[in-house]
Amino acid sequence: MTWDLVANVVVAGVLTGLVYGLMALGLSVIFGVVRVVNFAHGEMMTIAMYSAVLIFAALKLDPFLVLLPVAGAFFVFGYVLQTGVINPFITRPEHTQFMLLIAVAIIMTNALLMLFGPEARSVQVDYQLESFELGGVLLDKARLYAASAAVVAAVLLFAFFRFTLTGKSIRACADNYLGARIVGLNVKHLYGLTFGLGAACVAVAGCAMVLLVDVTPSLGPYYTLLAFVIVIVGGLGSMTGALLGGVLIGVSEALAGLFIAPSAKSMFSFGLLILVLLLRPQGLFGKRS
Amino acid sequence: MLLAALAALLVAFPLFAGSYALSVATLILYFAYTGQAWNVMTGFAGQLSLGHSLYVGVGAYAAGALFYHYGIGPWAGLWIAILLCVLMGAIIGFLAFRFGISGVYFALLTIAFAEFARIGFDHLDWLGGPGGMFLKVAQRDQIDLLNFRGPPVMYYYAMLAFAGGAFALCAWLLRSRAGYYWQAIREDEEAARSLGIDAFRWKMLAVAISSAMTAVSGVFFAFYYNNLFPEQIFSINRSIELILGPVIGGLGTLFGPILGAAVLTLLSDGLTELLAALGWEIPGFKQVFYGVVLLLVVMFLPNGIWPALAKRLGIDDASNR
Repeated sequence: MTWDLVANVVVAGVLTGLVYGLMALGLSVIFGVVRVVNFAHGEMMTIAMYSAVLIFAALKLDPFLVLLPVAGAFFVFGYVLQTGVINPFITRPEHTQFMLLIAVAIIMTNALLMLFGPEARSVQVDYQLESFELGGVLLDKARLYAASAAVVAAVLLFAFFRFTLTGKSIRACADNYLGARIVGLNVKHLYGLTFGLGAACVAVAGCAMVLLVDVTPSLGPYYTLLAFVIVIVGGLGSMTGALLGGVLIGVSEALAGLFIAPSAKSMFSFGLLILVLLLRPQGLFGKRS
Repeated sequence: MLLAALAALLVAFPLFAGSYALSVATLILYFAYTGQAWNVMTGFAGQLSLGHSLYVGVGAYAAGALFYHYGIGPWAGLWIAILLCVLMGAIIGFLAFRFGISGVYFALLTIAFAEFARIGFDHLDWLGGPGGMFLKVAQRDQIDLLNFRGPPVMYYYAMLAFAGGAFALCAWLLRSRAGYYWQAIREDEEAARSLGIDAFRWKMLAVAISSAMTAVSGVFFAFYYNNLFPEQIFSINRSIELILGPVIGGLGTLFGPILGAAVLTLLSDGLTELLAALGWEIPGFKQVFYGVVLLLVVMFLPNGIWPALAKRLGIDDASNR
């Protein structure tokens, strides 16, 4: 085994990890603000992937071109889901919220199964087999583009929360629910926006991911768990933590696949999750609350 | 009175039921029993476990492997299975409760352990790995109680005994000191602790009892179905399937898990029949239906069916909040 191979695998892991990171960022934002754990997160991701595949099959449009419309549709969907279904639940016990989103997740996964069957579907574009060479390391074009899209989306989201009034109001809701209501913020509307933004992150991640892997309905629960692992390892509610956690998991999966067995790769993620939960429950990059 | 009538009906059931009805009834009792086991930990003590498939799987594989490799019957294997599951539960509970993990994080920890076990068992060749482990199929005509081999009616009565025992145990637990402490912890752990309740100890007891009961469910599963696949038995879908009954029936109530198991199993079997009759055998349809039922119950009957039903019927059930 040569160093070149290891370097290639690590680089691919970092790039895939950035896409994972964007997906997890959506979960982190939703949890950080609404305090509801989105158990249907990976299922939303697979729906985004199917959207990209179907649009590609029908119109031959590159997934990167349909990224924005899909993200827009997901934003609306997320807003409606939050304001219509989840908002009445925010004051209910935690396990009830869990069950609600598990129900949503079961419906999503199996609706996809009903509509499209269990076969894997994918998108074929001509640059998927091409790559750039950088000092002996090969960078897959598709992977590089996907990671770039993820980073751009993450930076935009970060800027939104940092510099816009709406973003600041959302952060105010997250910091102090009661205080935000007292100063007259429309918390339910802001929660809707937050869930919409989280869903849009997932949509971008899904459109990018479809260039890297084939999609099946059963990927949903896998991505949900993956997003949880990343977010907890990175620190729930921490935006940079989610991205870095994604990279960490991406690289560890890639290396485990190379050195041990591809089928054992998620065992490392779950092992890491257990260790982090026990030793540093606020996450590697999170602040102690 | 009502309870005695129900018990008599269940005991007499195989006399007039066909083999299909018997297998459905066995399944209902199985889910009622396992739901009851989960209910002890989550419904009574308030510790949300989404990884109960871990105990089903470990229990099933422990007893299954002893039988498969050494010919040791399930009545001995049962105790090994219980021991292993209590040990697993104790490890998870100890780590979680000592490190102050609760709520969402606790639920995720239970999922993580179950998933870890799923992938781990996939790589254990001694247990068959992903190809599965197959127990020698039963002689259906003669009853071999020692090896728990026999006709379906034997499994029905075994499951009836387990479900009845679990019901009695839970009824007793709920009125015992432990039951009251659990409910206090469930409602407000800090307040409970300020009254001098050793929350760690009582939560550990809940996990131990729940995992031991679930181990029995795993052993039954192994000897009833005779084949074990890590992909299926440890899957998160299995954990969710197990908790649907108590959640829909009524979390933390005594009759909830039984009612929920009956409603769900009957609905799902009826639906399967109906779809087969109509020729619409679409994969996923049944699960979508499950999801919709769960969604409706969670939205409109947040305490489950049983508390609402009991109120309507005027039954005063002390296990209702």
